[in-house]
Amino acid sequence: MFLIKCPFCGERDHSEFSYGGEAHLVRPKQPTELSDDQWAEYLFMRKNIKGLQYERWNHLHGCRRWFNMARDTSNDKIHSVYKIGEKPSK
Amino acid sequence: MKKKYSIFALIKNSLSYHENWQKAWRNPEPKSKYDAVIIGGGGHGLASAYYLAKEHNFKNIAVLEKGWIGGGNTGRNTTIIRSNYLWDASAGLYDHALKIWENLSQELNYNVMFSQRGVMNLAHNQHDVRELKRRTHANRLNGIDCEWLNVEQVKKFCPIINCSPNIRYPVMGSTLQRRAGTARHDAVAWGYARGADAMGVDIIQNCEVKGIKRNGDSVEGIETTKGFIRTKKIGVVAAGHSSVIANMAGIRLPLESKPLQALVSEPIKPIIDTVVMSNAVHAYVSQSDKGELVIGAGTDAYISYTQKGTHEIIEGTLKAILELYPIFSRLRMLRQWGGVVDICPDASPLISKTSIKGLYFNCGWGTGGFKATPGSGHLFAHTIAKDEPHALNASFNINRFVSGDLVDEHGAAAVAH
Amino acid sequence: MSNKYRLSSGGEINRSEIVSFKFNGKTLYGYKGDTLASALLANGIHLVGRSFKYHRPRGIFSSGVEEPNALVQIIKDQGKTDPNLRATQIEIYEDLNVISQNCWPSVNFDIGAINNFFSRIIPAGFYYKTFMWPASLWKNVYEYFIRKAAGLGKSPTKKDPDIYDHSYYHCEVLIVGAGPAGLMAAKTAAKSGKKILLVDERSSFGGNLNFSNKDYNKINDQTPFDWIKKTYQDLEKNKNIKILNRTSVAAYHNYNYLIMLQNLTDHLPDKDKKGKIRQRLWKIRARKVILATGAIERPMIFDCNDRPGIMLSSAVRKYVNTYGVKCGENITIFTNNDDAYETAITLHDKGVKIKAIIDIRDNSDGTLPKKCIDLGIKIHWKSTVVYTEGYKKINKIHVMKLSKDNNNVVGNKFKIDCDLLCVSGGYTPAIHLFTQSGGKLEYNEQKHYFFPKKNTLNQISVGSCNGTFGLKNIISEAQEKTNEFLNIDQKEQFNVLEPKGEKFENIWLLPTNKVSGKTKSFVDYQNDSTSNDIKLALREGFKSIEHVKRYTTTGMATDQGKIGNMHALGIVSEITNTKLGELGTTTFRPPYSPITFGALVGRNVGQFFDITRKTPMHDWHEKNNAKFEDVGQWKRAWYYPSNNESMYDAVQRESKAARTKAGILDASTLGKIDIQGSDASEFLNRVYTNAWSKLAIGKCRYGLMLNEDGMVYDDGVTTRLGENHYIMTTTTGGAATVMGKLEDFLQTEWPELKVYLTSVTDHFATVSVCGPYSKKILEKVTQNIDYSDINFPHMSFKDGLIDKIKCRVMRISFTGELSYEINVQANYGQSVWEKCMKAGKDFGITPYGTEAMHLLRAEKGFIIVGQETDGTVTPVDLQMDWIVSKKKYDFIGKRSLYRSDTMREDRKQYVGLLTNDPKEILEEGAQIVAEVKNMPPMDMVGHVTSSYYSPNLNKSIALAVVKNGKKLKGKKLYVPMPNKTIEVTVSDTIFLDKEGKRLNA
Repeated sequence: MFLIKCPFCGERDHSEFSYGGEAHLVRPKQPTELSDDQWAEYLFMRKNIKGLQYERWNHLHGCRRWFNMARDTSNDKIHSVYKIGEKPSK
Repeated sequence: MKKKYSIFALIKNSLSYHENWQKAWRNPEPKSKYDAVIIGGGGHGLASAYYLAKEHNFKNIAVLEKGWIGGGNTGRNTTIIRSNYLWDASAGLYDHALKIWENLSQELNYNVMFSQRGVMNLAHNQHDVRELKRRTHANRLNGIDCEWLNVEQVKKFCPIINCSPNIRYPVMGSTLQRRAGTARHDAVAWGYARGADAMGVDIIQNCEVKGIKRNGDSVEGIETTKGFIRTKKIGVVAAGHSSVIANMAGIRLPLESKPLQALVSEPIKPIIDTVVMSNAVHAYVSQSDKGELVIGAGTDAYISYTQKGTHEIIEGTLKAILELYPIFSRLRMLRQWGGVVDICPDASPLISKTSIKGLYFNCGWGTGGFKATPGSGHLFAHTIAKDEPHALNASFNINRFVSGDLVDEHGAAAVAH
Repeated sequence: MSNKYRLSSGGEINRSEIVSFKFNGKTLYGYKGDTLASALLANGIHLVGRSFKYHRPRGIFSSGVEEPNALVQIIKDQGKTDPNLRATQIEIYEDLNVISQNCWPSVNFDIGAINNFFSRIIPAGFYYKTFMWPASLWKNVYEYFIRKAAGLGKSPTKKDPDIYDHSYYHCEVLIVGAGPAGLMAAKTAAKSGKKILLVDERSSFGGNLNFSNKDYNKINDQTPFDWIKKTYQDLEKNKNIKILNRTSVAAYHNYNYLIMLQNLTDHLPDKDKKGKIRQRLWKIRARKVILATGAIERPMIFDCNDRPGIMLSSAVRKYVNTYGVKCGENITIFTNNDDAYETAITLHDKGVKIKAIIDIRDNSDGTLPKKCIDLGIKIHWKSTVVYTEGYKKINKIHVMKLSKDNNNVVGNKFKIDCDLLCVSGGYTPAIHLFTQSGGKLEYNEQKHYFFPKKNTLNQISVGSCNGTFGLKNIISEAQEKTNEFLNIDQKEQFNVLEPKGEKFENIWLLPTNKVSGKTKSFVDYQNDSTSNDIKLALREGFKSIEHVKRYTTTGMATDQGKIGNMHALGIVSEITNTKLGELGTTTFRPPYSPITFGALVGRNVGQFFDITRKTPMHDWHEKNNAKFEDVGQWKRAWYYPSNNESMYDAVQRESKAARTKAGILDASTLGKIDIQGSDASEFLNRVYTNAWSKLAIGKCRYGLMLNEDGMVYDDGVTTRLGENHYIMTTTTGGAATVMGKLEDFLQTEWPELKVYLTSVTDHFATVSVCGPYSKKILEKVTQNIDYSDINFPHMSFKDGLIDKIKCRVMRISFTGELSYEINVQANYGQSVWEKCMKAGKDFGITPYGTEAMHLLRAEKGFIIVGQETDGTVTPVDLQMDWIVSKKKYDFIGKRSLYRSDTMREDRKQYVGLLTNDPKEILEEGAQIVAEVKNMPPMDMVGHVTSSYYSPNLNKSIALAVVKNGKKLKGKKLYVPMPNKTIEVTVSDTIFLDKEGKRLNA
């Protein structure tokens, strides 16, 4: 049960949030230009990291804003949260 | 040669106070080279090694396990076995496994306690009814036993289910696969380990894989905590950790590893004689031979390798359990635990070659891999030995994510447990 | 009353209040304040239950949560019986009625005990080695009997009438355990002014200090009991501290999130339980956690160490001091430390005879042993118990000397008569919660226990759970560490009197004079795992401690190994010659002690199982006899049977009326999203498959939404209200996920778009009126709207008034009839509905439910997402190529439509099906084949997605997806059912009014 610090609202219980998978996957601007392999890579292939992962969360039952989080998936420790478009703080 | 287990062996050994039982398996140190190495000593990995040795005549095989065999999802699941899947490819795969289950204890000379007590899948709304009937018809035409029970029949088959029409999501019927049931999870790992060991397979525990060595597009060997092992064929059966191994080999897989939880009650005298699953309210339950109610919860949505999930998932599951079985309210949760399950976007597994020669993956079983254990091992052994899939696992290749030919089992209301 | 074993004075029980209760049908008496265990012991009853596997007689072993043996079932009624409760935790009350478990016909004579006779051939894991032949017998014979013999108590068979509750609590400091360490920590922390929560699982505070001997233990010259009382009273005065008793922390999750169970009424007489909450589950978020969970006394592992009358020494002390109960009259004690001597002295002081103390050490110069020598109590140093006698109650112990190296017994065996054997194997820190929280343990090689080494959360352990023993050490540590942890400075000096003597020697498995195979030295009492089982597991190659646990089931009983786990580890460590620190422990899993499902679920049962969403017209539907269908959380009117009509008849009538006269449908559940912003049109272009830029203001358009993998995801009509303003409708079930997905794309992929979304599903009520008279009805209901086709054509909307209420009317149709949807602010929904009913009365307006709606749209071949589609269907498969823009550069899912499999010509495609016999109605979900075989397997080419008898066409119609269906029109296919095969002809999907004339009828 994480305690997540929404960048817009502050610390809130895990149950207010929904998870959105790997962060920084940019939707190709010209999908039609991609090969099937490249499209599959974007659509389905994931790093699924054990360790520090950058991921997306949505404060669904709060401000409804999406944001990013750096979390270690091997111990669930949250290292930082940051807004969409920002870079993770080191 | 392993001495046979039987009641006579038990009596005989009791005379010497059980001091003369053989080891179920050796604990050898790894050799420097193997013909094939299986990474992952769970049920699927051990079964893969067993069938490689037994049916494909591989003489020099190792199974590498970073902890203790059967310690991952094999030893953490709720042991449901069924084959009533919707799509032909899935039905073929899981029924292949179910057929092996039916004689597995005898084949392994190890009682895996396969109990064909039936599995019910309850419908709670019109959509469920339609989809479960669709599945029933598909199963029938695929030659898989599956029947539709109306509410009266549900009540009769499993009297403790709350079939009142006045509950929030009333039971509107159910499928029943009578050949389905449960087995003793640890015994599956141990039975395959003993069988594989008897054919010379080296089962190496406490041996963690640190790297996959490639020579161009082929594999050359494995870096482990017990040294480098040369091999031309690597079968990865690492469940939740598949992506970790894939990353070592420099490839990506369509997987996410998520927490899946389960719990048991304190043991009670027999009260439920079948397995009941409900997708709409997210609950499934059976009773172990020891008397514990074995209850499966759902996955958390996020990636985690901690083997821990959130309390809310447990609470949500028990909520559904009490909705269906109000009589269980005073029973007590004895133990809860979690595993890490690797899930493909279409809720179907991968039993596949990869772009790297000699590297094979058997993964993506999500929440329902246990039931497939014997079939999965059998087909994976074939895939590794022949360097091409068996007809029954051809659909479960990695290329389906490129072509779009997915085997989408969650869209089809098939609970993937 | 006869409490033969009750001392004439002493204890914390209330001797003025006699409580009667039943045990195995016999009425017994105790006092208020007794536990069931203390009351039974006062009555001289030790034998309480039978063990799991061998059905050996078992008695009360401990005094608390760690009890492995004395499990009972409370009998009340079929809905209120409780299995597997520990006699040591049940506080007795008037009319308490309990029985022993796992025995038949009675605990005194149990047929199952025959297993004990066979025990030699049923060692650990025997079931893996047998019962394999013949395979067919497993389920119905072998397993049947195994299941019957296993299990402990019985499940209730009726619904639980009790109420459970949930509470949330946030605090700065949570202190778990109110023994000396917890009380001291609380006392220190309380002065900081921080918000503190102190909990203890027992009914009273003070932990083991409560029953320590007052002559040898004092704090500031107060007796332990007085100090506890004073400290507690002082704490209570602090407003910043909340104190809960009978509250057990069950689980310690990440981020200091803890789950606790508070027992509120289990200890009350039935009459006082009425109307009260039985248990409350607390969900705690604590900034900081102080664990003061204490330690659990260990047993000793020797042959037949499980008989009734063998008890933990500290428990015996507790029964004397707290309950005034002597557990025996001829007492022997077996120990490896000084603590047991306190029990001896306490009993001796109460006039109970201590026959002998067997001590594995060769001496001790501690205060208490010296005192025992002074008292003339016989001590057998460097000795061990090798066997006990007495089937249902111990009556003798066999004792031998230990060899110098403790590996063997030497000399002559001698016997001592006794009726009680107190065992004391030292203490194990209760590190369960610490490890649950992710903390790492270290093993202390001298003191032979695991203790907290490194914690990952904001947390400390104090007192004996931290491996700190001795009263003075415990309270000083609690004070110091609490100060440091909370960054405060609240010091107080203590003057502590306590006995000296820390010498402790440990032998995990005591040596015996027998062949080890002939002994039964129990490690896990409840599961009947013995040291020989552990040895067997190791011999068979089960090396990992987890394997040993699973193979022998050690530690998997309802006490979760609180008593025996350390010994199991110790024995494995000795045999495999592995250091315990390297061996590690098995994982401690939540909950610390079992908690009821009822408490875990709280009030979220019955009508609160899930939210029920009702439309504003729900009451009207109910009054008019509607049957409801669950669609997600919504209750939707399914059909309206009149005069005992069957569902079929009602749906036929409703469907017919909708086409011949007028039908009215509650469409309020459809998802509605208000979309505004200068880029709204561009946004729709990207999320729907078709083009939106050219849609005129005031017009409506049907849209299809795909997943990024090209499969149909949702559909609905979107209306352009203004230049930069749209209102989108979604499917009922898809409303929330569509909204979520659109927000996701807007915020993360296309932040440059100026678009704002608002979910307005619940803000509007939607009344849909269709049929030839719909226009006439609408004209009567609304004002200010010109319904002429020129002014108000199909797929457009008008704003108007219904009396003074604003309404928005859309001319859209899901039935293929002339049809209008009136949207009004939700609160007016029912009155507008009623107005329509009134205005339509003369036109034969008929309310129709979702089932008739499904039938009507099927006549027109309109799809339902989730019925015709299942996440594997593309718009091309649906033969809806017309809605997929070829011109648009991109939209969600477009790229996926151009993969090799999605472009395949022979995919399953949307078709109509007609049966030869127009009366034959196909079953939805039925599978379709091109070629019928005598038996399965048969190649399936598709399935029936929708099927109805059409009252308007007077024939059955069906929709299906069929492989290569586009090319099969007019071809014969087959639907093999269990009892027959139905021939069908592939048809167009539009069965009625292909030209769409009725839209303008």
